[in-house]
Amino acid sequence: MTRKRQVHLAAHFPGVNNTTVWADPRSGSQIDFASFVHLARTAERGTFDFFFLAEGLRLRELKGRVHDLDVVGRPEALTVLSALAAVTGRLGLAGTVNATFNEPYELARRLSTLDHLSEGRAAWNVVTTSDAFTGENFRRGGFLDRADRYERAAEFVRLSRELWDSWQPDAVLADADTGRFLREGAIGTVSHRGRHFTVEGRFTLPRAPQGHPVIIQAGDSDDGREFAAAHADVIFTPHGRLEDGRRFYADVKGRLARYGREPHQLKIMPGVTFALGDTEEEATENAALIRRQQVGPQTAIAFLEQVWGRDMSAFDPDGPFPDVEPDLSEGVSQGRVPIKDRAEVAAKWRALAGEKGLSIRELVIEVTGRQTFVGTPQSVARQIDEHVQAEAADGFILVPHLTPGGLDEFVDRVVPVLRERGVFRTEYTGTTLREHLELS
Amino acid sequence: MTLHLAVALDGAGWHPAAWRETPGERLFSAGHWAGLVAEAERGLLDFVTVEDALGPQSTLPDGPDDRTDQVRGRFDAVLLAARLAPLTTRIGLVPTATTTHTEPFHVAIGIATLDHVSGGRAGWRPQISARASEAAHFGRRRFPPIDQVLNRPGGVDLSADPHVRALFAEAADAVEVARRLWDSWEDDAEIRDVATGRFIDRDKLHYIDFEGGFFSVKGPSITPRSPQGQPVVAALAHARLPYEFAAASADVVFVTPRSAEHARDIVEEVRGLSGTIKIFADLVVFLGPDAARRKARLDELDGAELASDAAIFTGTVAELAGLLLEWRRAGIEGFRLRPGAVPYDLERISRELTAELRGRGAFRSRYEAGTLRGLLGLPRPASRYAEVS
Repeated sequence: MTRKRQVHLAAHFPGVNNTTVWADPRSGSQIDFASFVHLARTAERGTFDFFFLAEGLRLRELKGRVHDLDVVGRPEALTVLSALAAVTGRLGLAGTVNATFNEPYELARRLSTLDHLSEGRAAWNVVTTSDAFTGENFRRGGFLDRADRYERAAEFVRLSRELWDSWQPDAVLADADTGRFLREGAIGTVSHRGRHFTVEGRFTLPRAPQGHPVIIQAGDSDDGREFAAAHADVIFTPHGRLEDGRRFYADVKGRLARYGREPHQLKIMPGVTFALGDTEEEATENAALIRRQQVGPQTAIAFLEQVWGRDMSAFDPDGPFPDVEPDLSEGVSQGRVPIKDRAEVAAKWRALAGEKGLSIRELVIEVTGRQTFVGTPQSVARQIDEHVQAEAADGFILVPHLTPGGLDEFVDRVVPVLRERGVFRTEYTGTTLREHLELS
Repeated sequence: MTLHLAVALDGAGWHPAAWRETPGERLFSAGHWAGLVAEAERGLLDFVTVEDALGPQSTLPDGPDDRTDQVRGRFDAVLLAARLAPLTTRIGLVPTATTTHTEPFHVAIGIATLDHVSGGRAGWRPQISARASEAAHFGRRRFPPIDQVLNRPGGVDLSADPHVRALFAEAADAVEVARRLWDSWEDDAEIRDVATGRFIDRDKLHYIDFEGGFFSVKGPSITPRSPQGQPVVAALAHARLPYEFAAASADVVFVTPRSAEHARDIVEEVRGLSGTIKIFADLVVFLGPDAARRKARLDELDGAELASDAAIFTGTVAELAGLLLEWRRAGIEGFRLRPGAVPYDLERISRELTAELRGRGAFRSRYEAGTLRGLLGLPRPASRYAEVS
């Protein structure tokens, strides 16, 4: 009997956007270390592959002021992951770190440190930024145009791997009797001259337990997919729906051969949310309630303003959809992925609101939703299993809507069903994240 | 009044041959460091520091050597300190982070995060990197070779060297940026006001608008204000220029007197620059009845007598206690002891020196505060941006 395709799962710490519900009485601190410990330990109890932290290096702004409606404030990712390494034993620890506003020698060293200190559980989600808005916090500034972003990221990753490889695996002898700490000639000199980086010298750490920390990539453009096919071990995608996911999966896996890689060497993991209930009806009601919490009246107006590019605060969020034209000049939103064609989006929203008779808030709830799995624990487990068997994904990065308890119910009720179905591990069989992800 | 005691952790200890007394491959495991910091905490020490640099250790002033008989390789100190934070509850954690090639924004949020994960026990030792070899790891700036700097006409007065002066000016800007970022969220910025839908009161988040000759940083921080508000900044200083840097930027300065007399001179000079900075003296220590013999053996293994920027003490714990109290009379408020070899010399400090000092009424018998600022007697400052009501 062939073994069924196995599901991989990761836990995304709730982010600083409206997916995270803070007004719920169960919502705890987004910054206290105890919250990170709770979610990480829950994920480890559920034998998840890894824990995931996002990053944003400038607070988002709307109409020239810090956006105040969503959760704001987070730690430096690798620092909090290093602390979590002390209170977890097997869980992978993935941090998002920007390749635009970091330097390879320093970041490669920090990632290698995390891999050593966690005994082989480190992962790096490589992201890039091109906006000068974020660049205002950095020496480098926001100097890269879009086309250069992936080129710099690719050179960054290649150079990091050179640095990680520069100490031979048996370089450290630490033989007190002979007095040899290092094996002669076991540390190479890296000499790199590229378009974005010129680095010459010796690295400061022995080869890490995983050799190379796991590389995650989250872009969805053609360039992003190609970057993932060439360099990444995991791709974090927005394609959580079945058909969409199958197309994406086939496209990305199809690119691997060009780089001499096998399909299993790149895991495709869409980011998804979930809502559970004892019955399907209860789950649907619960999902609707979460959506209303995620899109409060003020948040509905804020979404509208991002598309319309102007102040919309005079409109009643629970009133009819406004009949005004968007201002397409500058835009009012900073620090988010820009909306590509605001005129088209505005027209679409207006048409949909008219057709269904939706208020502003109802419309925003409808068009910004990404509730992927809704149902009883049995049905959510079945849906996840089906997506993986149908090659729409290798697994999922779950984004809970509550900090820090948002994963508790999933681990208590869905994970056991996945295990019963024979598609998810009952205990960790490896010690490193590469082993959890079956990358080798 | 309690004397402040800290221990400087680096590899197997401060003697280059110290690794030969301790299982050397463990240096790259978390367990080695967890054991050391637990030992220091059992001794009720104020804090540990963790050394770091953006290049491998070397016996040369600039660039790697090819020696295979000494420890090479080091963890990123901020991440190592964070790894140790959940394993301890009271002791301060003061990692070194370089100011020269790093982004002040990243360093500031890293230290603030260390303060969050440790519940208010974070510090930072900012350090410049003057080496051309380390600049080549970044490829953004070209530095003169250090030997050239050292051999300039006029001798080794680094304070007069324009290259070194610029690095200290940049370090001062980096600390200023960090301090502004740490204050950029007022303590009560998070309001969670359901009625208005606002998570934060954005009037309590502040742009820092720092513009300097080396970098500009807009702010605010992405990390909420940390338990201490301002983590403790500590600087190692051997001469006038770093004294000035420490006086302007740091809460604690580590100085390197050679004698009680020298300590008195340094204290006078530093006090002329700052009335409030805490003055700690650094000492490399080999302890126990056979300390001199142990050190001699390590010197022999290394093929050279140990050289250090700080004075080297060999002797019994009682003798060291006497010396510390003598230097205290010269105005030194605390000591950062660099154990010659760990865990041996660390255990003599945490188990015996502390008991000896306690017997003389000069050391605590329990932790009297939950934060590093608290242990050092530093108040928790309000954010500089908070309006006084």
